Amino acid sequence: VNFFALLTIALPALGCAITLLGARDARHVRFWSVAPVAAALLSSLVVQVAHGTGGTSTSVTELAPAGQFTIWLGTRVTGLSALVGILVTAVALCVQVFSLTYMRHEKRYPTYAALISLFTAAMLLVVYSADLVVLLVGWEIMGACSYFLIGHYWERADARSGSIKAFLVTKAGDVPFLFGIAALGVRAGSFRIDDVLHSVAVSGLSYAPFIAVLLLCGVVGKSAQFPLHTWLPDAMAGPTPISALIHAATMVAAGVYVVALLYPVFLLAPGVLTAMAVIAAVTMTGSAIAAFAQTDIKKVLAYSTVSQLAYMLGGLAVGGRSAAVFHLITHGAFKALLFLAAGVIIHRVGSNELSAMGGLRHRMPIVYRTMTVGLAALVGVPLLSGWFSKEAVLGAAYDARGQLAAAGWIVLVSGLATVGLTAAYATRLWLKVFWGPFPDASPDDHRIEAPQTELVPLIVLAVPAALLGFVAFGGGAFGSWIGDSFGNAVPATAGADLRPAGVTSLLAFLLTALGAGLVWNLWRRDPAGDPAAVLGRWRETALYAFYLDDVQDLIVVQPAKMLARAVGFLDTEVVDGYVRGAGIGARGLGGLLRRVQNGNIQLYLTALFAGVIVIAAAMIIFVGHSAGQVR
Amino acid sequence: MATLLVLLLVLPAAGLVALYAAPAGQAARIGALVGVLVFLLSLVLLPLFDYDRAGQLQGQLDRSWVPAFDLRFHLGIDGISLPLLLLTTLLTALCLLYAVRTTTRDESGRTFTALVLLLEIGMVGTFVSLDLLLFFLFFEIVLLPMYGLIHHWGTGERRRAANKFILYTLLGSALMLLGFLLIHAKTGTFDMVELGRLHGAGMTASVQGAAFLLVGLGFAVKTPMWPLHTWLPDAHTSAPTVGSVLLAGVLLKMGTYGFIRIGAGMLPQGAHQYAFALGAFGTVGIVYGAFACMAQVRRGGDLKRLIAYSSVGHMGFVLLGIATLTRVGIDGALFASVAHGLITGLLFFLAGGFKERLGTTDLYTLGRGLYERARRYGALVAFAAMASLGLPGLAGFWGELYALVGAARPAAGLTSAGFHVLMAAAGVGMVLTATYLLLVVRRLCMGAAAGPNGGSRYEPLRDLTPRELISWTPLAGLTLVAGLWPAVILALADPAVHQLLGGAR
Repeated sequence: VNFFALLTIALPALGCAITLLGARDARHVRFWSVAPVAAALLSSLVVQVAHGTGGTSTSVTELAPAGQFTIWLGTRVTGLSALVGILVTAVALCVQVFSLTYMRHEKRYPTYAALISLFTAAMLLVVYSADLVVLLVGWEIMGACSYFLIGHYWERADARSGSIKAFLVTKAGDVPFLFGIAALGVRAGSFRIDDVLHSVAVSGLSYAPFIAVLLLCGVVGKSAQFPLHTWLPDAMAGPTPISALIHAATMVAAGVYVVALLYPVFLLAPGVLTAMAVIAAVTMTGSAIAAFAQTDIKKVLAYSTVSQLAYMLGGLAVGGRSAAVFHLITHGAFKALLFLAAGVIIHRVGSNELSAMGGLRHRMPIVYRTMTVGLAALVGVPLLSGWFSKEAVLGAAYDARGQLAAAGWIVLVSGLATVGLTAAYATRLWLKVFWGPFPDASPDDHRIEAPQTELVPLIVLAVPAALLGFVAFGGGAFGSWIGDSFGNAVPATAGADLRPAGVTSLLAFLLTALGAGLVWNLWRRDPAGDPAAVLGRWRETALYAFYLDDVQDLIVVQPAKMLARAVGFLDTEVVDGYVRGAGIGARGLGGLLRRVQNGNIQLYLTALFAGVIVIAAAMIIFVGHSAGQVR
Repeated sequence: MATLLVLLLVLPAAGLVALYAAPAGQAARIGALVGVLVFLLSLVLLPLFDYDRAGQLQGQLDRSWVPAFDLRFHLGIDGISLPLLLLTTLLTALCLLYAVRTTTRDESGRTFTALVLLLEIGMVGTFVSLDLLLFFLFFEIVLLPMYGLIHHWGTGERRRAANKFILYTLLGSALMLLGFLLIHAKTGTFDMVELGRLHGAGMTASVQGAAFLLVGLGFAVKTPMWPLHTWLPDAHTSAPTVGSVLLAGVLLKMGTYGFIRIGAGMLPQGAHQYAFALGAFGTVGIVYGAFACMAQVRRGGDLKRLIAYSSVGHMGFVLLGIATLTRVGIDGALFASVAHGLITGLLFFLAGGFKERLGTTDLYTLGRGLYERARRYGALVAFAAMASLGLPGLAGFWGELYALVGAARPAAGLTSAGFHVLMAAAGVGMVLTATYLLLVVRRLCMGAAAGPNGGSRYEPLRDLTPRELISWTPLAGLTLVAGLWPAVILALADPAVHQLLGGAR
């Protein structure tokens, strides 16, 4: 099992290196970007099959010896990591295949393909790593790949600033995350995940809330949660397949994955879980409102991603680990599908703006059908995957008791509200893109369907987006599949029941119908208009996502710039000044500096040098002598 | 192995003689040959080194030299000095190779090469000497050639910069020497093996404190520690490429090596007294250096000055690691020292490449769109920036990580809360470091190079030349290797650090 896990990580990494080596030959690049990822998918399937519902298997070798804090390179396979590993490789493969034609005319396709492979390897490192520090390595390499890929069109100013913003905002979360890992390692005496979890299980953890908060910072940054979510919408400046891979199915999922991985640490700090619930609540509703007002199709999906990730964190905050992971998997499938479909549309229409789209259902029938499945899954139309997983999260919130009861209420209320909002923005997107009149800009009325390499991934992703939810009928089967948070096997009877049930399902269904119905009604009255107009004067606020970027600029960026200017001044005028000032003040050094200015310094320096040596010699003889006498 | 260590000193000296025996036109080639030979010779140490005893000083040679001064010619290496020694010979060889084409074929070129070889003797000697006085001697030998390199081959305000450099370091050295004498007065020996074994025994806490203060000031200037750093930006801005690379790559490490070997190893109680101050100054340096770098990203900002300030920040991490006085912290400090040598060496080479091509290192006159104007050059700049900002998987990361882990639980008796504050500040510094490096990449590499009418908006730029590839790729490669497999350095350093700290923790 561990060998195949290692192989799964190594294959895309190898693919990256080989892709770069022969970057001039397009066929070479095409082969080496797809084949290793395909092999990695097979290998991750082998890992899953071989692992079954077993507990944990770990195999490590020494990477960096440092006494107690030795770092180990190796793989740790649990049900959770095996499953997420499949998600990553499957989505990555779809994206690489999709890019074959989508990025065909890009002259920087080789670098792009290599970075995707590297990115995939880094994500797999996060998933399979047996050591927290190695996990961090993958975690940050993903950040760097994301930076380069967002900055793919570096001629454009928005790509330049978007890439830097993505890196820095996530880095601002990564630093506390690193501290959290360091603290965890110091407390547990080891960075190995098995040891850390074992130590937590046996002896608890001192300062658990503190450590959990630090880790949460990293999760909030990576999974684009309030207040560090601002990078994700700007990251849409990158090529669209990137958004599908990084900003929907994998990198942002890493944050959620890590919480699920280190869940026992968080469970020791119920206060932090409540804070997590608040963050999730603010994020899911706020970004759903923002999604409703966006005019750029990718930004709608970006805010939707932020909102859906908040569901996962919300699920974790109320103790619904299996539910959250379930939503992670289904969301990975349908959001990747949505982004890729959006990519096709953008290429064919030639614009990101919703106003340039409309009536595309006849012109792009396959995109229409697959995207409809994706949107329906996102909304939570019954029996589609998103419905099951969202119900599971809401059910977990409903069932939360004891210390988690407050978190449960927060997540339940905001979750239900967001169900309605999600239905609204998804319906708006669907209507604006596929229904209504053609915009004047594109009068020709033929089919503009995409090439096969782009359609096949759509169809392939549509299958799990539609059907994955039926896993929930297994009751505790999914929970048994991913194992418990300590990495132990769980019998199917003891797993959390993910079947939708009770009052939450009914409420959610009603709210979905309400949200979708309202938008449908608005649209019926004015098919050429934008349902978002209903927001009135709040529309602007929602479009700019409550002006959080400006707030961030005001309280972080501007002070940093001012400090930089201050230090620049300080260093030349003050810190260096004291040297010169001291020289002028003290006569001896003043004379020295005058000589410096005279340029007649060599002689003096030689003298000084010689002087030091002579004094030294004299003192050694004297001191050495007296020391000898003492002895 | 002892013979080999002597050869490492004798060979550059022999090169010096050969330089003046041969015509001046051949000087650069002879220099390069000697540099490569010394490097290859130092590689021979690898199979000879006994890794099971990496904590012990090996290949010792101990001869009395000037009995009147109690000066002994005592050499040897352990896991702490070996990585630094190899870094030195590698960087010198790369510099000499790189200089083959830039060096003029006249008397001036000969002197230039000679100074670099002299520099190498001093640098190698510093890392292999096991006698405090001998250490001091080599430490001082380094100053003169570096002064000459900046003073005669520099640019801009080179004389002022060179004078500042030598004034600062000489004054620092004088204090350091006083510290050595104090140690000798109390223990009666300059022998570093013996002093390391004593681990402070024979000196009262107050004596150790005084000695650490004196010695530490000397090293702090060299490292450089904020606020004693102001010589560094000037020196780097003015120095020729080779000078900058060796200054940042090796000379600064002599300071951190001293802190580790002499400060933490021989004056444990003194180090303990000043540890928090050391860490605090280091941390201020991290944040301060980052802000100073950000201030350089403006019209008229200088790339070399920026890299110099970034060194202040990186050395801040090294100081923080040392200040924790823990095994993991000092491991990190050593790793960061080597990594900084590789990465900043590469950055200065790249800056030198700009200087050679466009005659300037002004960030805004260099132009944009390097990814397009010179693809590989741009990629290498981005790579070096990523390494410098401490991206995991590249060499810059592990040192910072271990320094921080050390700070999370500093040595017994040090203020935990205080170090946690430093840790948080260092964390802010990490984000700021990423900020300015990405701003530099945006300024240089990104952006459209083509003008509105199809022509190039900026001066065309030659991509990497074979000569540059030869001298730069080893640095990039080692950055990657050390980043992916940190054990290459830590397996050597860790046992030695364990030994150095008296086998505790």
